[in-house]
Amino acid sequence: MTYGPSAGQLVRPPAHHHDEPYVPVFTGERREKLDVILSRYPTRMAALLPALWMVQDRHGWVSEHAVEEVAQVLDLSPAYVKGVLSFYTMYHQHPVGKHFIQVCTTTPCNVCGAEDVVKAFLDATGCGELGLTSDDGRFTVIEVECLGACGFATPVMINDEFIESVTPELAARIVAERD
Amino acid sequence: MSETTGPKMVTLTIEGRTAVVPEGTSLIEAAKTVGVLIPHYCYHPGLPVAGVCRMCLVDVEKFPKLAPACATTVMEGQVVHVHSEKAREARTGVLEFLLINHPLDCPVCDQSGECELQDYTFQEGRAESRYEEPKRFNPVEDFGGDVLYVPNRCILCTRCVRFMGDVAHDPVLNVSERGDRAFIGKADGHDLTNVWAGNVVDLCPVGALLSKDFLNKARAWELDRSASICTGCSQGCNITVETRDNTVVRLKPRPNEAVNQYFMCEHGRLDYRWINRRDRLDQPQVRRADGALRVADWEEALDAAADTLRGRRVHVLASANASNEALFLAERLMAASGGRGWFRIARGAEAPLPGVPDLSLRAERAANATGARLLGFEELTGTPAIAPADAVLVLDDTLDGELPAGLVEALVRGATLVHAGTTLPAAIAGRASVVLPLTNHTEEEGTFTNLRGRVQRFLQSRTAPGLARPSWFVLGDLAERLDASAGFALPAEVFGAMASAHAAFSGLAYERLGLRGLPVLDAEARGLTVTDAVSA
Amino acid sequence: MGYPHASHGRETPVLSKYFGDPDARTLAGWRARGGYEALEKALGMDPAEIQGIVKDSGLRGRGGAGFPTGIKWSFMKPDGKTHYLCCNADESEPGTFKDREIMRWTPHGLVEGVALGAHAIYAETAYIYIRGEFTEPIARVTAAVEEAYAAGILGANAMGTGRRLDVHVHRGAGAYICGEETALMNSLEGRRGNPRIKPPFPAVAGLFGKPTTINNVETLTTVPYIIKHGAEWYNGFGREDNPRSRGTKLFSVCGNIARPGNYEVTMGFPFGEFLNELCGGALPGREIKAVIPGGSSVPILTREEAEGALMDYEGMVAAGTMLGSGGVIVFDDRQDMVKQIARLARFYAHESCAQCSQCREGTAWTTRILERIAAGEGHARDFDTLLSIGENMSGKTICVLSDSCATPVASGLKKFRHEFEAKLGPDRSRAVVPVMLTSNRTAAA
Repeated sequence: MTYGPSAGQLVRPPAHHHDEPYVPVFTGERREKLDVILSRYPTRMAALLPALWMVQDRHGWVSEHAVEEVAQVLDLSPAYVKGVLSFYTMYHQHPVGKHFIQVCTTTPCNVCGAEDVVKAFLDATGCGELGLTSDDGRFTVIEVECLGACGFATPVMINDEFIESVTPELAARIVAERD
Repeated sequence: MSETTGPKMVTLTIEGRTAVVPEGTSLIEAAKTVGVLIPHYCYHPGLPVAGVCRMCLVDVEKFPKLAPACATTVMEGQVVHVHSEKAREARTGVLEFLLINHPLDCPVCDQSGECELQDYTFQEGRAESRYEEPKRFNPVEDFGGDVLYVPNRCILCTRCVRFMGDVAHDPVLNVSERGDRAFIGKADGHDLTNVWAGNVVDLCPVGALLSKDFLNKARAWELDRSASICTGCSQGCNITVETRDNTVVRLKPRPNEAVNQYFMCEHGRLDYRWINRRDRLDQPQVRRADGALRVADWEEALDAAADTLRGRRVHVLASANASNEALFLAERLMAASGGRGWFRIARGAEAPLPGVPDLSLRAERAANATGARLLGFEELTGTPAIAPADAVLVLDDTLDGELPAGLVEALVRGATLVHAGTTLPAAIAGRASVVLPLTNHTEEEGTFTNLRGRVQRFLQSRTAPGLARPSWFVLGDLAERLDASAGFALPAEVFGAMASAHAAFSGLAYERLGLRGLPVLDAEARGLTVTDAVSA
Repeated sequence: MGYPHASHGRETPVLSKYFGDPDARTLAGWRARGGYEALEKALGMDPAEIQGIVKDSGLRGRGGAGFPTGIKWSFMKPDGKTHYLCCNADESEPGTFKDREIMRWTPHGLVEGVALGAHAIYAETAYIYIRGEFTEPIARVTAAVEEAYAAGILGANAMGTGRRLDVHVHRGAGAYICGEETALMNSLEGRRGNPRIKPPFPAVAGLFGKPTTINNVETLTTVPYIIKHGAEWYNGFGREDNPRSRGTKLFSVCGNIARPGNYEVTMGFPFGEFLNELCGGALPGREIKAVIPGGSSVPILTREEAEGALMDYEGMVAAGTMLGSGGVIVFDDRQDMVKQIARLARFYAHESCAQCSQCREGTAWTTRILERIAAGEGHARDFDTLLSIGENMSGKTICVLSDSCATPVASGLKKFRHEFEAKLGPDRSRAVVPVMLTSNRTAAA
């Protein structure tokens, strides 16, 4: 048994992941979008969270290459970008499954049976263990801290999609519907 | 407040003592002025305040909560208790928290003996931990440069992160992750290669950042320490030379607000092995009738040296790392005979530490070029003009192990050579009539003048090899033989003579230099910017 | 209203009146419901006058701390400096989900309140910092902001007044602590969400070092109603014997309760009636055992204590707890309090920013002890250790996350000690073996 507080947050790279050449994010339209974002703040640093979101939208996670690119675009050091990146749990520092499933298990949802929902997702996706990506690369399931929808237990986020009132039965259906 | 009046002063009481400090001073600094050291980890006077370790919490009357002494500024009439029950409990609490995941590996930790976690645990008295859970474990990481990171020992004080970011302006370190998973991190491919990066090891209050160079070399309590000056460049960083069994094993910066604050660069820090070299010149030698250099005693060698120089114009080729005292005595030989003095110096790229004004690894890579210039030496460019009837005294100039072009030709044509030095390069061994073994700067005491004209003392930290003698002593004896002047028994006497003879040094007294040095009087007129003319 | 349930007769819906009404989301729909009238009125008023009205209304910050909004605004003077308004939409206190519904259903109500608030503190620029997980609220508010710009409500000539008003939406990325105001500002500036040492307070040096006011979503959304209907109208809500808590308040109710949802009642509403009537009481065949009334950071109440409490700042303090963010978490008789308190501690351990020693180490240590007790391996001495650690974690750190972890543990141990005692295992000395603590980092290695 692990007493570590972060046991549920472990995210490991999926087995199928191979290093591919890095495609820069901030070119063309995305560069223009970033420039619009930059115009909203008096410092370039303030665009760091938005820039990391753009990277994740494009690549699905934020690699060391992406860290270098963001640092260069915003005049920051790569170490600084990594420090900020790793503070925020929604950014992926490793590749994750195509459907990244986050189940809220904090107390309000926990008392409503959220752990059963987690189990249902783990079973239905074949991930087996929290933080592991299924062999086909489609799913990663993690427990997440309070999603702020406690009255709709159990809320689940799949990538950017927010699903309320998920039950173990619904979990299986949700997984079955995904490609 | 007008420009002529000083800052407004604030009076407060700390542990029953009255402190009077300038407005805006932090409690932690105010306490220092009355001899109270408030325990702390994240605070460092050379870094921006973080206020995160919460070790320096003190009890301030009328404050509802304990206040962090590093981040609280003084207020008129404030009454501060450092050792109240409440403050002590908070500190022992912090210590317990810091120790729960800290390994008990002091027996194998380089920091042991100079560890603030050890010191404060001992001082504040919490011998036992109530922690029964497994400890956090993370592997050791090589941060590049001279630095190893041992995350298990890290207390996340962030001094290293702030140094690299706010002082070195090279933010290669970060705090990664959060909660108790947090650690000091870096980005792939961006190592601690900055020439100032080694300071993070000094700044680390525990054994989390270690010097690879010093790794497992010595226990802190085995070291002897003495105040010295770095000879790596003309900045004149104040340092502590640490020796174990007469061997220099580490150089550390010694605080001096006017020169290097709390820091020194890697070039100076790691360039110490030459001090310990075994092939030192340790006996006087005189060239005999058979043409070979043979060992002699000091009296004979000094007499022979005097004979070699007497009646000739004496030129001096000096090391830019020779002390002011040695250079002064050598200069007297030159002046008396109408000779000239030169020095040679290595150069490198200037590497400033951006967060500290006027602190840089200087292009001139020797400690005392400024002293040499002030004392009438000039940098040797081109061929020295030496006549066959002249004599040359080489004062530990061993640059490249080669003599300058022109000097060799002069020797062939009849000039004579006396070598006073710490080593004997082959190029000189073949030419010198007399060889006088000198101590290096860690084996004698004296002063250097840095590029801003600050005269700073260095003390002896190890014993000399064999029969080697201090440079000022040898040159004093030589002068005694040549001009019948009185010799010197102490470097302070040489300094006194120098101060009366040279306008640049007038008014300075050896004793008054203290361990932080004083600027030469007309430094400004000479175009030497003096950063802190009043500090003593 | 008790969204997602029908409104209860005892509610006083002001902010929640249009929850569940999709038409209210659009600019046209919002205008049809009287939207932006208050902003138009306010833009014609002197900021100092608006500050006075809000002060008189008795509105207090709805984010949890309850600081009087008008007084906070009055710290901002026309000093010619750049000012910023931050809207704290990082709703993340477990048990709280009211701001989410405000943003989902009445995004223009928030935009109006933010624009009004910016004007009231002499600011031209406001940022709405929304937690990253709130994808729908982000989309709704962003759409509302875009509509408002297109209609000339925001921009260089806000509502034709010649004044500049900019409102930008900023997405967080998963960090509870960014709900703390100075952490939020750091996060907005592109830094780690570390709370800052105060002083300097945000009103002196806040976002980008400039004087800044930071208000909660509910607070800002309330202001237009106060401007529209007057301070007296708002001040008229509340119990007669408590002049310090006025107005209406949204309470989020979750956990083991018949009708979880958001309920808007006047300050001082009886908590017993609230739980049993409005929210429908316990689930069928169950009994309520404990209630956390103000988000997970406040002391736990037993059912009896809860039923006797009054729902305003002072009423909750009198009951030995706090009103906090108004997030009500209900536990019924099935729940293992040790496990749930351990789960709360784990939350705080996960969310600690890692700055202060007490919080970084204390939250994790507390979690480990509680999880060990929950697993049946606790000793009686653990209770003293927990309370002592909690004491060392309270009132000593930059922000109150550390205190928030200690609070439910202390109240839980006090009120449900029998549950803890029932879990104690055989007393044996434990061998301490280092284990690889899982983290992203060790996984990568």
